[in-house]
Amino acid sequence: MLEATGQPSEAAEERAWGRLQLARHPQRPRTLALVTEIFDDFVEMHGDRAFGDDAAIVGGPALLGGQPVMVIGHQKGTDTDSNILRNFGSPHPEGFRKAQRLMRLADKLGLPLITFLDTAGAFPGPAAEERGQAEAIASSIKLMTGLQVPIVVVVLGEGGSGGALAIGVGDVVLALENSVYSVISPEGASSILWRSRDEAPAAAAAMRMTADDQLALGVVDVVIPEPGEGAHTDVTGTAVAVKAAIVAALRDLAERGTAELLATRYARLRSMGAYLETGAPSGRRVEAPSLRRRLGRILRLPGVPRRSRWSDIWPSGTADDEAERGA
Amino acid sequence: MPIKFPFSRRVAPSDTWTKCPACEAQVFNRQLERSQRVCPSCGHHFRMSVGERIDLLLDPGSFQERDAGLESVDPLGFHDDRPYPHRLEASRIKTGLRDALVWGVGTIAGHRVAIGIFDFRFMGGSMGSVVGEKLARCFEAALVERIPAIVVSASGGARMQEGTLSLMQLAKTTAPLVRLDDAGIPFIAVLTDPTTGGVLASFASLGDVIVAEPKALIGFAGARVASDTVGEEMPAGFQSAEFLLEHGFVDAVVPRAELRATLARLLRLLPVAPADEEADTDRRGPLATLSGLAERLGGAVGETIGIDTEADLNGNGVGRTPAPAAERRVPS
Repeated sequence: MLEATGQPSEAAEERAWGRLQLARHPQRPRTLALVTEIFDDFVEMHGDRAFGDDAAIVGGPALLGGQPVMVIGHQKGTDTDSNILRNFGSPHPEGFRKAQRLMRLADKLGLPLITFLDTAGAFPGPAAEERGQAEAIASSIKLMTGLQVPIVVVVLGEGGSGGALAIGVGDVVLALENSVYSVISPEGASSILWRSRDEAPAAAAAMRMTADDQLALGVVDVVIPEPGEGAHTDVTGTAVAVKAAIVAALRDLAERGTAELLATRYARLRSMGAYLETGAPSGRRVEAPSLRRRLGRILRLPGVPRRSRWSDIWPSGTADDEAERGA
Repeated sequence: MPIKFPFSRRVAPSDTWTKCPACEAQVFNRQLERSQRVCPSCGHHFRMSVGERIDLLLDPGSFQERDAGLESVDPLGFHDDRPYPHRLEASRIKTGLRDALVWGVGTIAGHRVAIGIFDFRFMGGSMGSVVGEKLARCFEAALVERIPAIVVSASGGARMQEGTLSLMQLAKTTAPLVRLDDAGIPFIAVLTDPTTGGVLASFASLGDVIVAEPKALIGFAGARVASDTVGEEMPAGFQSAEFLLEHGFVDAVVPRAELRATLARLLRLLPVAPADEEADTDRRGPLATLSGLAERLGGAVGETIGIDTEADLNGNGVGRTPAPAAERRVPS
């Protein structure tokens, strides 16, 4: 595990924040830019066949060194207009449902699946809620855990929470050196835990969101070094490095039979997390029943329960303070 | 020590009434307890502790807790305005729980179920490694014992203090559901106030049946986050149980008084599928847990449930050689 002491140091904050800025760099190569470099052919497919097409997720079949594969990725824009078109890379439910359609096609034809993560998160607006954002993410995750083809995930820029994981469940997870992966944006964590949006650098450091930290946690399997000052300085060089990593990962996965592939994927997911197995009995101990309760139980007095209840062990508190929130 | 007369009233808690947040009526705590924590004047559903939920839903004396000893650790060394272990300890003292979820096996109107129940008071019911691990074990137990699984959720989402390890619990709790599908075992999700974020974006949205308590807050992103991002006020009733019912994401909104009876009816109407003797036709290959069981019990079980224990002992971690049809799928 990672070393753990007190609040993140200034240096740690600077390092994490610097990486985040690179991951969000406006010139950072996006999915489509890399796809055209990495693959020999690529046909983009559109629409979820139910509601519409979401430009924040792109995908379709492609050729990787002569072998057909399926490619899915988040797509951010490169300028204001394209960012508006792409909704800044934050998908709506139809984006995830388009991804699911392509995953099923890959499963049907036996095409390996390669996904590229680059999103701040799934879009949280009312339209997304109305069309079932949570359901779309949940069913994408479920579909990926059971796909019978190898899945290679590449974290390109921001791996933002559920919106990233929805197309990010894989057999191997690769991450570019300056990419980040987190459960919530540092701004979000800052406003919930520090009650101010100004503590985002501290939150970025505390969440250990850099690719190296994620490697140490086992969430990421391989970190791909970026050329020069970062991926934005050399798109072709980045594409070459990413392609080599994908090909190597697929070569390893090709040796697994379908049953082994699924069993290993399950075991990988199953092993995520850190906890202590104490074997201790449940909760706080119930006090020995009072004389009143013991007599009352025998005499069946009103207001005395016949047997002890779980709500005696875990009652509701009187104060309902709800300061703690999740993501 | 004072001697108490057997008929003496229970010692009343220091604040003996609670103000209903919906209708502002003052409700006596004892009355609230008796009415299953539903406001007698307006029907507002107060949140319930795990203990109250067990007493509400399960047959008396039937619940047996499992994996009670799992405890959270601090994998990131997380520190905001105070260290994560301090927050854990405060929640443990406040609730008497070890983490935000309790799971076990019990009966509902005689139907044996594997059930996991969230307690929102423990760090907002947030899902970290312990909650995820317990849920995965709950689903796997349902699979091995061939009993329905039920999860009663009340959670703000993934636990930020465990970073991406919490995020990975979304996948960890979802993966076993694929196996429940293959094995023909129903999973019922009960959504209570509040069910949001990563919990809704994983197993909670994937119930074969999804029921919700009235007016429960259920949504992907918190309303504050949503209005921050979109820059407009959210419509009234946005993210309520009724909103989800209207948009087709839950099957029913069930008042608490009818919840137990509704679950009992569903359990009768949606039985576990008969065990498939030809488990090897399972296109996803063998179930690791079943083959593990077979290994422990020797060949006898292997024969009855159709698992090739030999293959497992050969150390490939897989109980059965893949069917040729599945082999075709492997790209070279």
